[in-house]
This record gives sequence, structure tokens and C-alpha cells, in this order.
Amino acid sequence: MGDNHNPDQPENESFAESRRNFLKNSSLLTAIAVTPGVVAKAAENDLGEKIASAFEKVPLKMEINGVKQQLSVEPRVTLLDLLREQLNLTGTKKGCDYGQCGACTVHVNGQRVLSCLSLAVMHEGQKITTIEGLAKGDQLHPMQEAFIKHDGFQCGYCTPGQIMSAIACIREGHAENEADIREFMSGNICRCGAYPNIVDAITEVKNNGQKL
Amino acid sequence: MIQFQYVRTSTPKAAVDAVSKAQNARFIAGGTNLVDLMKRDIMKPEKLVDINNIPLKGIEQQGNKIVIGALALNSQVADNKLVQEKLPLLSQSLNAGASAQIRNMATVGGNMMQRTRCNYFYDTAMPCNKREPGSGCGALEGFNRMHAIFGTSEKCIAVHPSDMCIALVALDATVVTTGPKGERRIPFSEFHRLPGDNPEKDNNLMENELITAVEIPDNAFTRNVHYLKIRDRASYAFAVVSVAAALHIENNTIKDARLAMGGVSHKPWRLTGAEKALIGKPASEETFRNAANIAMEGAKTFKYNAFKLKLGPNTIVQALKNAAEPV
Repeated sequence: MGDNHNPDQPENESFAESRRNFLKNSSLLTAIAVTPGVVAKAAENDLGEKIASAFEKVPLKMEINGVKQQLSVEPRVTLLDLLREQLNLTGTKKGCDYGQCGACTVHVNGQRVLSCLSLAVMHEGQKITTIEGLAKGDQLHPMQEAFIKHDGFQCGYCTPGQIMSAIACIREGHAENEADIREFMSGNICRCGAYPNIVDAITEVKNNGQKL
Repeated sequence: MIQFQYVRTSTPKAAVDAVSKAQNARFIAGGTNLVDLMKRDIMKPEKLVDINNIPLKGIEQQGNKIVIGALALNSQVADNKLVQEKLPLLSQSLNAGASAQIRNMATVGGNMMQRTRCNYFYDTAMPCNKREPGSGCGALEGFNRMHAIFGTSEKCIAVHPSDMCIALVALDATVVTTGPKGERRIPFSEFHRLPGDNPEKDNNLMENELITAVEIPDNAFTRNVHYLKIRDRASYAFAVVSVAAALHIENNTIKDARLAMGGVSHKPWRLTGAEKALIGKPASEETFRNAANIAMEGAKTFKYNAFKLKLGPNTIVQALKNAAEPV
């Protein structure tokens, strides 16, 4: 899935898109109004360094779920917002947006991170895996299967983050016992309280010993 | 979040140059605290200098010290074999902090640069001398349960939030920096500062100075160590009180000791008086209790944090017991 329009080009707006663009543009204008200092500095440039002035989008190459993407983003866009808003990968959830809940957990180069606290531009050339990248066609990932089997969720909102975190937890070698799992999964909050079942799911996948 | 310029750099010099060119520029590494603060408009840098491409991730023994690059991730340090073998207290403290995801992003240098989690610092509707110098301190007469009991001022009673730094100050670490005036070394205990009249300054870094490494002496504290963190839930919460304890015990006599506390001051709080009271004494509860009482001398409490006068020494005693008899 990709964003086909070139963000550097003026948009050929469709009616459906216009509200969204109005919101985008008006928030940009607000930003200009509150940061006059930036305007003057936007002209600053430096050879040999990649500079993006305040109102330019930065070109960005990433591989997301195995697909190479050539993107263009404002420096202030988080990895989470890039995935959800620009690439329509809405499986990764926005919970608190402040790094407190873990719902936005994705893998960057195989390591679990919080996409809400990470600027997209900081991931040039890196490989991102989201919940959408786990299944192979109709074949669910073993961790997805285990979450279903053990009822590792109720409302399901934290589940994508839980599953991404759970896979990494086993890969890191931090799923040796229940205490270990609970400690190293503590960055993923579940308001429904499905923790015992989540621990069961992780334990089963760990004990099956498959390469994740 | 306001708009900002974004620059990538790949050498310390380029990073220092880039940050020096703008009025209100910041280095960004993991971003776990800075991005959070930028989203809330608590910090509003107009330029971010991304330092992640600078090769400062190494963890290695150099003579009689262990040198950890400023960009080594918290998880890399915690799981590193050399660190686990030689500096287990550091590994324990890192694993007590944040969550696995955040430790995969946060760097050693960034951990040291964390801002306080004082609610009044975070709430832009409230006064805070750290966020807005001269506006007052909301915590002084407010809900100050989490706040400092040592080294406070009338301007600020916030606490330093890091766990890693409590272990590093106990272990006599040194901070290596580079800046417009070249390289320098700062003893860890002098890196962070007390709030005094200008709590907006968390540490003694000079303008545009970049942390490049932390050096820790290869010491005797490889076995009898413990980092004990008391928090409001079992994991993933900031310390109410924490204690880093390291002992060198021979024939049940304490030959050497290191002790530091978190959650009690604007800086990682080294307890040198209590350390002296431990050395030469038997590793017993009586010795530990005596040292803990000495550690609490000079504490000053506020409306909601007087409980730290009990919790503090109890945590010290328990940390020392755990260090003396590791599981």
C-alpha cells in the first residue's frame, strides 16, 4: 500500500480530500504564526548536510512490511502518523501518543520501538514491520494464532502492539518464565486486563521454539 | 508540535557545528523524552540535529575502565556481556527503567539528558520555574508526593527521573563531552546540578556541548550489588525512591561501598557519608540501618512527601541486604 501523490507537488484536490487538506494547511498556518523565528532561519542552508528547512518535506526511503517506499514527510511527523495517515496502515494503534501505553509498538530493523515517540525522518533506510506485515497471505503468524487460541484480548485495541512486543520479547530472550514475560511486556498496557491470557499465548509460542 | 528544521550529521564535530548555528537547536538521538516534550509544547526547538549516524555506540574495556558510547542504546548496555559481568549494577538499573520498547530507543547520553517528570513541569497551565523561569513553582505548595527531599530550593523541588544515572553516580563514572571548545571530562556527580536559583538548567553542560561517552572504572563491585526501585506499580513507572548499592565484602567485613539514591533530589544523590559508615563494618542489618540513618540527615520534606523519611532508609537497608546476599 502506498501514497502515490507526490507531496512536493501542489495537490490536485478531489472534493473528498479537501477537508483533510484544509485541516493540514490551517495547522501549518498556525505553526507559522507561532514560530516567526523559524521563517527567517528557513533560508539557512549548509552544503554537505541534509537540511530540511521548516516548510519543506524531507525525502525518506524506508522498507515497510517488505515493500520499499519512497516517501516525503515533514520532519515533525511521527513514524506512527506516517504509517496511519500517509500509508493507511491503521493496524498500528494510537493509544496515548505519549509513550505510555505501547499500542503503537512496531519493529524497526527487527527491534520493538514506540512509533509515537519516533520521528519518521529518523528512520531513513530502515526496515519497519507492522502488524500488517506478520501474516503470510492467509497464514497467520504463530503469535497471532496463539493470541486467538488463548483469548489474549477483549476489545482488541492494544492487541497489535501486544503482538509486536510479544514477538520481540521472545526474540530478545526475555520470555524465559512468567515473571520475565510480565516484566518485559510491561510497556504494553491492556485496560481490559487480558494479561494472564497474553502471558499464556507468549509462553506457548516460546515453548514451541519456532523461529520468529 | 511546532515546525522545525531537521539535519542529519555523522561526526561529533558536524553535530556541534550544526547545533551552534541556530539559536534554539537541540540534538536528537532516541527522542523518547524530547519528542514527548515537543508534542506538549514544553520544549520548542526550532532545529533538530539528528546524531544517530555518529558512530558512538561502542561498549568496550579500555585499560582499567569500561567506555560506553553516548549512542549505545539502553537495551544494548543492559544486555551487554561485559556490562553484565563487570557492571551488573548498571545493567540492573537500566532494566528497572522505562519499558523494553523505550530502552530499544533511548541512548545513554539521552538518558542523562532526561527532563524531570514533575507534573507541574508537564502541565503548561501551571507555573514552573524549570519550564518558564520566574513563573513560580506549582509543586512547592501543590501535590508534591513524588518530589525531592534533598537539595531543594524555593524555586524548584523536582526530582531527576533516571535510574541509570543513579547507578552511574554510585560507580564513579565520568562523562566525556565535546563542544565548541573541545573535549572535556566531567565527574558524574558534577554533571547534574541542584536547582538553586535557576532550575531551568538540569546539568552543567555548556552550550552546544555533546555527550560522546561515559567511562566507568573497572571496580570491585561485580557481585554484591543491587538496584532497588520502589514505584507505584510493579514495572514501567518512575521511582518514588530508588537505591543503588554496591559492596565489596571480604570475610563478612565491608571493604568498600558505593551508595546512591534516586527519587529524592534534582540530581542523582550520592550518599558518601553513609558509605563511610559502612566501610570496615560487618555486613549486618545493624550496620545498614546506621548507614541509612546517616543517609537521611539533612532531608527536608514537603506536605505530601514526608513518607520518604521512612521509605528512604528502609529502601537503603533492603538494597544493602540484597547486595550482601544476591539471589
